[in-house]
Amino acid sequence: MDVTQQAAPAADTPPASGTGQRDGRTRQRSLALRLLARPEVGVFLGAVAVFVFFLVQAPTVRQGSSMATVLYQASTIGIMALPVALLMIGGEFDLSAGVAVISSALTAAMISFQLTMNVWVGVLVALVLSLAVGAFNGWMMVRTGLPSFLVTLGTFLGLQGVNLAVTKLVTGNVATDDISDMDGFDQAKSVFSSSFHLGDVQVKITVVWWLVFAALATWVLLRTKYGNWIFAVGGNKDSARAVGVPVTFTKISLFMLVGFGAWFVGMHQLFAFNTVQSGEGVGQELIYIAAAVIGGCLLTGGYGSAIGPVFGAFMFGMVSQGIVFAGWNPDWFKAFLGVMLLGATLINLWVRQSATRR
Amino acid sequence: MTTADPQKTTAVAEKDPAGGPAPEGAGPLVELRGAGKSYGNIRALHGVDLAVHPGRVTCVLGDNGAGKSTLIKIISGLHQHTEGEVLVDGTPVRFNTPREALAKGIATVYQDLATVPLMPVWRNFFLGSEMTKGPWPVRRLDIARMKRTADEELRNMGIVLDDLEQPLGTLSGGQRQSVAIARAVYFGARVLILDEPTAALGVKQSGVVLKYIAAARERGLGVIFITHNPHHAYLVGDHFSVLRLGTLELSAARSEVSLEQLTNHMAGGAELDALKHELERAGGVDVEALPGAPDAGEPAGTPSEGTA
Repeated sequence: MDVTQQAAPAADTPPASGTGQRDGRTRQRSLALRLLARPEVGVFLGAVAVFVFFLVQAPTVRQGSSMATVLYQASTIGIMALPVALLMIGGEFDLSAGVAVISSALTAAMISFQLTMNVWVGVLVALVLSLAVGAFNGWMMVRTGLPSFLVTLGTFLGLQGVNLAVTKLVTGNVATDDISDMDGFDQAKSVFSSSFHLGDVQVKITVVWWLVFAALATWVLLRTKYGNWIFAVGGNKDSARAVGVPVTFTKISLFMLVGFGAWFVGMHQLFAFNTVQSGEGVGQELIYIAAAVIGGCLLTGGYGSAIGPVFGAFMFGMVSQGIVFAGWNPDWFKAFLGVMLLGATLINLWVRQSATRR
Repeated sequence: MTTADPQKTTAVAEKDPAGGPAPEGAGPLVELRGAGKSYGNIRALHGVDLAVHPGRVTCVLGDNGAGKSTLIKIISGLHQHTEGEVLVDGTPVRFNTPREALAKGIATVYQDLATVPLMPVWRNFFLGSEMTKGPWPVRRLDIARMKRTADEELRNMGIVLDDLEQPLGTLSGGQRQSVAIARAVYFGARVLILDEPTAALGVKQSGVVLKYIAAARERGLGVIFITHNPHHAYLVGDHFSVLRLGTLELSAARSEVSLEQLTNHMAGGAELDALKHELERAGGVDVEALPGAPDAGEPAGTPSEGTA
């Protein structure tokens, strides 16, 4: 028996050890390329381009007050775009995000007015409801294994109908009653919809909230366990589960985070306008998703940042207000958005491919 | 694979003359006694005995559908056995989830590796068991420590990476496999189950993975190496179990079996002989040129099945 193929106990050749030794097969990529590989850099350049464009085209934009308007517009989109982006990194969609904002605002308005209670009661009930809607979305998706697109499409249609029907049933009208003379209104307004002076420019409080939330989201995403789990469940759910990541908890809590965002924006709208139109919010969910995608989040999950959607939302605010400042017909806004979305996505794709190529 | 070193081989054989318990005299880490599993009325596995000792590589071989996957699923806690016993450290156990198996030090490196390709290497390494610092509201990842530890552990396994920030997906298949093994070793695995780690790899990359299997063995781990490639199994294995249609066809220590015999068992062994006789009777087939039975005493042909 001539056995030629014998074991060569490979462990006897000691594995390379000692620090400082390099593989030697990879070249350090240039700083510019490494920067471009970050998810938020493409959108940052895009935001700068749009900003400069309107700076040149519409001289009004150069005023501080115009800038404040742009930022305010961006903040109302941006606050929602953040949780939507985190959810997208976690591999899921929420199509109900737009109408959920209105549901939350309607709940707070009707609870406060119809039961003649302090508005804070309505605000809290709305928070519970928004979180419950998010939890329902997440739970349904996890339990049934249906794509989140379908589950939240159902919630979207359901909420849309409920918003209209319940509002008509309760108030006999398509809008809620004015709650500006209710107890606690001024207090709540100062939290959700006040403004302050920065020099001689009036800045809305939502801008501050937006940036605070963005900083918080960035920290959570990059520096905490939970952030690690978000990337993992979006990147490969089964792998994440196999190594002990609580996938169900992560997904459901992400949906609830969107609920929280919807509540916050809903409260802002309520306390900014004192009343809520029950049919609004439809289509907004796509704006949030677009802001997240323009912000460099991968539609399929597992990749993205929290700071990218900030620039994405800024681009939205800049374009929508810039068109007005430039004196153009605002009807062009959506067309502009479409081009911007496609362009940004293509740039992101190209940047990521050229920067991560080995 | 032909760069054999006879002296090394005999050293391995002497260390383990009968394929019995490890030199330390410790009992098996994991033992299966007549274990089996039925799915409804389908008996996927029946009467399997298997022992995993520290510092030993137990190879489980078998063709597709032989029950290899069922076997590891029982040991790793994904499925429960329906007959026989599974013992860990001599005590019968019944795992309900992979987490319970993990808690006993049984780690499985699945074919898909349980990694997230878009995440950096170091995040993958610690995924699910992240190191943190600071009190609760500001409890955060201890990134510096994680990167340092991951780098050390990978180097201990002989994997040198320039940039732990690179997405795991940019590594080669063998490197990814090795990262998964290093991770399991670091997180206190005493028993490492490797599910066809070389199945999708090229020759060179398979060599890399086999080296890490040997390295894990040298660290005193019990390794269960699932494969359908007898050549790979014979390079690192101390004990060989061949599964066939859900039952154990062969269970032999390294000293009791040659690569030819192993290959023959893999290829169907007895069945092939019967087939050979049939062909002989049918005529028209040059039976002499066919791979012979192990007891034929002539050099056996080497079926190419399974070689990546």
